[in-house]
Parts: sequence; C-alpha cells; structure tokens
Amino acid sequence: MLKYIARRFVQLVPVMIGVSILVFFGMHAIPGDVAELLLGDKGTQADLIRLRHQLGLDQPVYIQYVRFLAGAVQGDFGISLRTRAPAIWEIEQAMPVTIQLSVAALLFAIVFGLAVGVFAARHPRSLADTGAMMGVLVGVSMPVFWTGILLLLVFGGILGWLPLGNLLDEGMTWRHVTGMPLVDGLLTGQWAVARSAAWHLVLPAVALGFTSMATIARMSRSTMLEVLGLDYVRTARAKGVLERRIVRRHALRNALLPVVTLVGLQLGLLLSGAVLTETIFALPGLGRLAITSVLARDYPVVQGVVLIAAGIFVLANLLVDVLYAYLDPRIRYA
Amino acid sequence: MSAVEAAVSEPRRRAAALSWRRLVRSPNLIIGFVVLVVVIGSAVFAGQIAPYNPIDQAFADQLLSPSPGHLFGTDEFGRDIFSRVLFGARIALGAGIVADGIAIALGVFFGVVSGYFGGWVDSAVMRGVDVMLAFPYLLLAMIVVAILGPSLINAMIAIGIVYTPQFARLVRGAVLAIREQDFVEAARGVGAGATRILGRHVLPNILSPIIVMATLTVGFAIVETAGLSFLGLGATPPTPEWGSMLATGRSYMLTAPWIATFPGLAILVTVIGFNLIGDGLRDLLDPRLRGHGF
Repeated sequence: MLKYIARRFVQLVPVMIGVSILVFFGMHAIPGDVAELLLGDKGTQADLIRLRHQLGLDQPVYIQYVRFLAGAVQGDFGISLRTRAPAIWEIEQAMPVTIQLSVAALLFAIVFGLAVGVFAARHPRSLADTGAMMGVLVGVSMPVFWTGILLLLVFGGILGWLPLGNLLDEGMTWRHVTGMPLVDGLLTGQWAVARSAAWHLVLPAVALGFTSMATIARMSRSTMLEVLGLDYVRTARAKGVLERRIVRRHALRNALLPVVTLVGLQLGLLLSGAVLTETIFALPGLGRLAITSVLARDYPVVQGVVLIAAGIFVLANLLVDVLYAYLDPRIRYA
Repeated sequence: MSAVEAAVSEPRRRAAALSWRRLVRSPNLIIGFVVLVVVIGSAVFAGQIAPYNPIDQAFADQLLSPSPGHLFGTDEFGRDIFSRVLFGARIALGAGIVADGIAIALGVFFGVVSGYFGGWVDSAVMRGVDVMLAFPYLLLAMIVVAILGPSLINAMIAIGIVYTPQFARLVRGAVLAIREQDFVEAARGVGAGATRILGRHVLPNILSPIIVMATLTVGFAIVETAGLSFLGLGATPPTPEWGSMLATGRSYMLTAPWIATFPGLAILVTVIGFNLIGDGLRDLLDPRLRGHGF
C-alpha cells in the first residue's frame, strides 16, 4: 500500500510542474508586467527599469520561471499588487474559510446524496423514486449561483430563519487557531462563535453542495440498483436476512466504490463553485480572493491561488485514489 | 434493387426502425426535445415575441413586479425582464454552441492524434490533459479570461478550452478501441493513409460518444459562461445575458426578487432540456447504460 501511495505521489510532481508552467507563462502572456502595475502612473522610466531589475524581470524568461518555481515551493508568490501584503499571507487568511465551506458542502452532499440514492433504489419505479429522480435532475441542472440566491431569498429574506451571509454575526470576533470560525469556536470553547459560524455556514454549504448531492444521489441509486440485483444479495434474501441488513451490510459497501470516485471528481466542482458561493454569501475565502485578484489584475495572488487550489485538488484526488485502493485491493496491483 | 442489395439493406432498415421506436418511446428525449424547441424558438423569434426592446430604459417603470404589462416585471432601469430573458436565450445558446464547438474541435483533434499515433505523441498529449484536469475548471477559465481580457466571446473561448481535455480523453479512449479492429487493419493493408483511415473509418465509428458528451456539455457550458458573466468576466451590461442579469438581480433580491428569479429559471430549464436529451441519447446509443438513468 505504501509503495502504491509513493508511486502515485511521484506521478503528481510532473503534473504540478505542468500546472506551474501553465500558470507562469499564462500570466506572462498578459500585456504589461508586474513592475508597471506596481508603479502605476507615478514612476519615471528610470524607476521602471530599476524596479524591473529588483524584481528580476530583466532576466531571461526561463530564469524568471525557475525563480518563480523556487519561490512557489517555499510559499513565496511575491507581493500583492492590490494590498502590498505578501500574496501568501492573503492566501493563508482565505484558505481556511474555503476549506471549512467545502468540507461542510461535501458532508452535506455525501449524507443527503447517499440517503436519497439508497431510498430511491429501495423503491424503484415508485412515485417516491420518480419524485426523487426529478429532484436530482433539477439539482444537477441548477447553477450554483442561482441556488445560492434562491436560498438567500427564501431562508434569509422571506422566512428570516438563517443569516444573509458573512462568516459570523456582525461585530463578532474570534480567537484564531485554524482560521475556521466553526472549528476554532469548538476548539476554544467559544460556543457563541461556534453557534453563529454554524448558522452562517448552513446556506452556503447547501448551495455549494446541492449539485454534488444530486450527482451522488443519481450514482448511488444506479449502483445500488445494480448490486441489489446480484446473486449474493438474492442468496442473502433467500437465507431470510432482513432487507435493512442486506442494504447496510451487503449492498451499500459494494455500491459505495463508484461513489468514492465520484466524490473525488466533486472536489474540483466544489473548489470552482466556491468562487461563486463565496461571492454570493460575502465569504472571505480563496474563491472570492481569486475573483477579486483577477478583476484587479493582481497576478501574484492569482498565481498563488491557482497553484494552491490545483495542489489541493490533486492531493484530494490522490487521497480518493488511495481510499479506493484500500477499499478495492485489485486496484493496488493493477 | 438486386437480391443482394435488398438482403443487405433489410437489417439496416430494421435497425433504423428499432432506433426510431426507441427514440419516440424515450420520455427523456421527448421532454428534452420539447423544452429545447421552446428555448430555441424563443431565441429565434425573440424579435417577434418580445414586447419591448431588451436594452431600452424606462425610468418611469423601474422595479415593477410581474403584471400583464410586464410578464416578468422590470429591472432597476425599467427594462422589461421578459424581453431580456427572450433575447438572453440567443446569447446563452450561442455561448453553449461556440464553447462546445471549440471543445469538440480541439478535443477531437488531440484525442484522435493521441489515440491513433500513440507513442510520444500520446504521452505528450495525455500529460497536457492531466495538467489541465488538475485545475478546478472555473479557475482555469478565469486564467484564460485574465489572459484574453474579460468579454463574452473570451468567456466562451475559456469554457471551450476548459472542456477540451474531457473530449480529448474520451476520443482517445474510443480511438484506441477502434484502431486495432479488423476493418481498420484491412484499410491499412490496402494502403489507405492515416488521414483517410481517420476520416473514413475511425471518426464515423466514434461519433456516438462524442454526440452524447457534446449534448451534455452544451448545458454545462451555458451555466459556466453565465457563471463567468455573473462574476463580471463575461458579458457586460446592458447585454441581456442571463448570468449578468442574475448578478444585477442579486442586489435587488429582497426588494425585487423577480429580476434574479426569471433568468435563473431560464438557465435551469435550458440545462434540463440538454441534460434530458443527453441522457436519452446515451441510453439510445449505449445499450449497456440503458435503464440506469432516470
């Protein structure tokens, strides 16, 4: 198993180098360089030449790339053009918010997706199955930004049950440990913070996880239907095993394998959806930082965010592959 | 018609009749088809159906709720939302088709080249695909838009590029399965060149999965392009684009919810239409998957 993990890890290195090449040369293709953007209209031509020399922009492009890569490996993406703070500092502030949101969305998607899928598979072609699958079709087709707006309108605006956005109630602060207010609130015993953070997390997590929930429900229904028709399930039924036990102990475990792969694929969807969700719910996460930086042409931050997001994505996929290999030993030896 | 020709054409006719019967019996395809006819009809006849010019401002009619005069209400500039949604269908369908077209063209090219020639070409293309798939798709699209500059057409190009690796991977797999078949070997044996083999023998045999994926991705391309416009990286006001209409509507969500509701509903209905047709076609063209959809 360790050999398998090591092999898969080594395979990630060229992918991440490829990502860094694409990000670096992509940003390099944009007219105007960082020195011009940093100086704005204020500097003279001599200032521009001096700054370019300081930043190494007068070096050949391959040298610039190697320096960029060496910096990136150490978490140095340069200075934010917008705030003049180190880009990595901005990313460090934003990342916990996105991780908290994505994990909550994924949990919602897995729990409700599996529940709907298994329920529909246990009552195939029934009215409930048809209704659930119609809901799934709507869920798969709904744009995350519209889901977010509708949830805000109904549960925040009309019913007033949940807050309209932000991380916490207005004016509330918390002692940072991980940067995730819900986790920090629980860890440090700040119950008011934890309660407020949980309350504020519900709508964004549901909005972000809704499409993934529908996709997981669809896949788990399909695989459960297939597994419930297999011989060993029929044998279990013939032996008089209770239907509930058949589903939990025999069918669900085997039906989960394709769902695990699907969860891995959903991570990319969640990281992308986070850009939109964080914009709608005014959450200061990585997605909102990315869009703010793109609009402000803050390229050091854009490069950092994209590289780190791609890194999280490939590592999460590696984790899913390892989990898959653990669940199905045939994969390890293929 | 000779007896031999008749004997050859009979099974084909029977297969065609069977496919047609399945086609008309598939509720997914029928509902999807009806939905898309409505959407495409709205786009084509927007000029005739729309009661108002989609960009004409009428400050006396600001933020009116839905009424017989303005079926979907009006926005903050007094523009008729119904007319804007109708004209928005043109942009949405155009965006979906252009983005999908770019993805298909590039994806099929790289997939065919990679799968057919193999060796270092295959390795190089597939590593490139791996790198592109390592990006969360919206971030990749944002980079492309950042490089090209924010505009609707650049948003379409960005989404096209984002979907390219998926098509390349699909086509490569299909080509790998086809290239070792006897009829391809036979064509190679009689001296057919690579271009002829690919054009006459390989491509026609991998069309089914391409068609299914293309149908499913049109809907998603529409959503992604609207998403980029929602973020301010695509269409700009006063263009009646569904994503940018939703972005505007967000500010008036509590006072005039109809501004965001109807463009969102339009996106949802259009994507459902494409998804139903995609699922229906997949069931029809790939019998192994029949019965696994809904």
